Amino acid sequence: MACREHRLVFKNIDVRGYTRDIACYQKHGGYEILKKGLAMGGGAIRDEVKKSQLRGRGGAGFPTGTKWSFIDPAKTTKPIYLICNADESEPGTFKDRQIIHKDPHQLLEGMILSCFANGVKLAYLYIRCEFTEGWKIMEKALEEARAAGFLGQNILKTGYDLEIYVHRGAGAYICGEETGLIESLEGKRAYPRIKPPYFPAVLGLYMCPTIVNNVETLCNVKHIVDMGGEAYAKIGRSNNTGTRLLCVSGDVVRPGYYEFPVGALTLGQLINDVCGGIRNGNRLKAVIPGGSSAKVLKAGEVYKIKEKGLDGKMLDKEVGLEDLRLDFDTLAAAGSMAGSGGVIVMDHTRDMVECLANISAFYAHESCGQCTPCREGVLWLKKILGRIAEGHGREDDPALLKEVADRIAGRTICAFGEAAAWPVQSFIAKFKAEFSARISRNGSASRRDTISLLH
Amino acid sequence: MSTALEVGTENCAGPETGEITPALEKQAAELIARYPVSARSAVMPLLHLWQETFGYIGPRGVEWIAKKLSLQEIQVLELVTFYPWFRQRPYGKFHFRVCRTLPCALGGAGKTFAALQKLMGLKPGTHEGAMVSADGRFSLEYSECLASCGTAPVVLCNDNFHEKVDEKKATELVGGCS
Repeated sequence: MACREHRLVFKNIDVRGYTRDIACYQKHGGYEILKKGLAMGGGAIRDEVKKSQLRGRGGAGFPTGTKWSFIDPAKTTKPIYLICNADESEPGTFKDRQIIHKDPHQLLEGMILSCFANGVKLAYLYIRCEFTEGWKIMEKALEEARAAGFLGQNILKTGYDLEIYVHRGAGAYICGEETGLIESLEGKRAYPRIKPPYFPAVLGLYMCPTIVNNVETLCNVKHIVDMGGEAYAKIGRSNNTGTRLLCVSGDVVRPGYYEFPVGALTLGQLINDVCGGIRNGNRLKAVIPGGSSAKVLKAGEVYKIKEKGLDGKMLDKEVGLEDLRLDFDTLAAAGSMAGSGGVIVMDHTRDMVECLANISAFYAHESCGQCTPCREGVLWLKKILGRIAEGHGREDDPALLKEVADRIAGRTICAFGEAAAWPVQSFIAKFKAEFSARISRNGSASRRDTISLLH
Repeated sequence: MSTALEVGTENCAGPETGEITPALEKQAAELIARYPVSARSAVMPLLHLWQETFGYIGPRGVEWIAKKLSLQEIQVLELVTFYPWFRQRPYGKFHFRVCRTLPCALGGAGKTFAALQKLMGLKPGTHEGAMVSADGRFSLEYSECLASCGTAPVVLCNDNFHEKVDEKKATELVGGCS
């Protein structure tokens, strides 16, 4: 069956009898890969990660091996730091939560291997504070790992020293942006740094070379060391290797988290076969495929996509929404992105003005306020969308929304500007008639509230 | 009726006037030791510690942390005003955060919020942020994405997490607050 899950990172998640303590983890082969990795040496691990073609699972999809290769542990005189980004806060995404709550040692093993590979002696796990239980679980897991000799001085008698500490965020989405996260870890407001010159690999935490990787990415490192980079690259598709954790939420019968080889199934298979279709017998209207920042896809759309044929030549193909392959390159070609793997599904009863007003309220709340176009612009987006939703829209509001969004994207220090602008740009472009219709109805009669709240 | 809801380890209600115990000092020292390169990194952990102990972060907390880390008070206060989790006034003994972001909204978070508000007898206040009941028992606010979109709508009560909180479950939760 095309839609069988391939559980690698989620192998032990929700398995009956599997607990999150170190004894259970070790009973299932836990920390054996660490022993293997320590024997391989750091350079060999970095080579395998490069060969695996693993792409970062946090949202941007940047190749992990390349990210690591910016730092050469042999040549760097400064200390090198690694930070695990466990600030999972992209709306629609809840994969890291499962790992942290149900298999914390898998994350630690991947993290220790990654630290060893890159000559890191001090690492932090930046966890969002809303994971109140997850924080306590990670503290306990770290204690267990220390007691078992997998952390601290002279790990497994190899002479390698490593300390990992948990650092809790405090409710700010911008801390998921890696330079904002670093500022936050330094005890400051999470204002992202401008690149250049502040690339984390050069001037990261405490102005030292720093690697910031997502929870899922670090877990994958463990499996790459286990099976070898080449074998890992055989899962999924070229340039889209390995498995992907997909989180489905919104109007489907079975929302939840699933793991598939990257690109192994289409959006239609995910929604209809895996998640049981649209709930309440409704029809599909729109999908946001990679967290709320990703551009919205509309039911019935057809995309022109270039794809490598069997003979290696690039072919132009027309692909419908439900036939879109869920991988990095296909979703990018369709004008959106795979992002963080959070798929939000909306059925035909949902009002797109209200959905977008909700999304923009999120970004207005979360703008860090550093760059003027974003700080001012996202508040305008929220305000204008609020008034349309409340029945006071103006005829030129859709055009105004587009203009404001266009002036945010590309004019900010970090990618938050794009994250806030893309939903507005795509909703307005694809559902313009709905916005205009709502404005022409205006007045109290136009209030529908199809999403249970307006702001 | 549902089982009693635990307050959890998080104190949301204050008062900030409690004693600074040797145990608290010890916890603070342990947190600072996690940042051998720069003690300033310990501001957020200490803010969490203070808020969980005393319910909120007032001038006394800011001063205590600033002194401990050899910082200006503004370097502490600017974090309290930046990060939404930190609060400068007491909330209710039972503080509810309802996720309002799209997947939870699609799942009916607005109805959950309205039900909780009614059950707690809360009226929108003049303050930005949470509504607090007159007797200090309950407080309620919307929160942004809590990263559990597959079990929408979700609610955090102090540090206890609840999934699929519809109006019925909201009633049970409030009824279980003792």
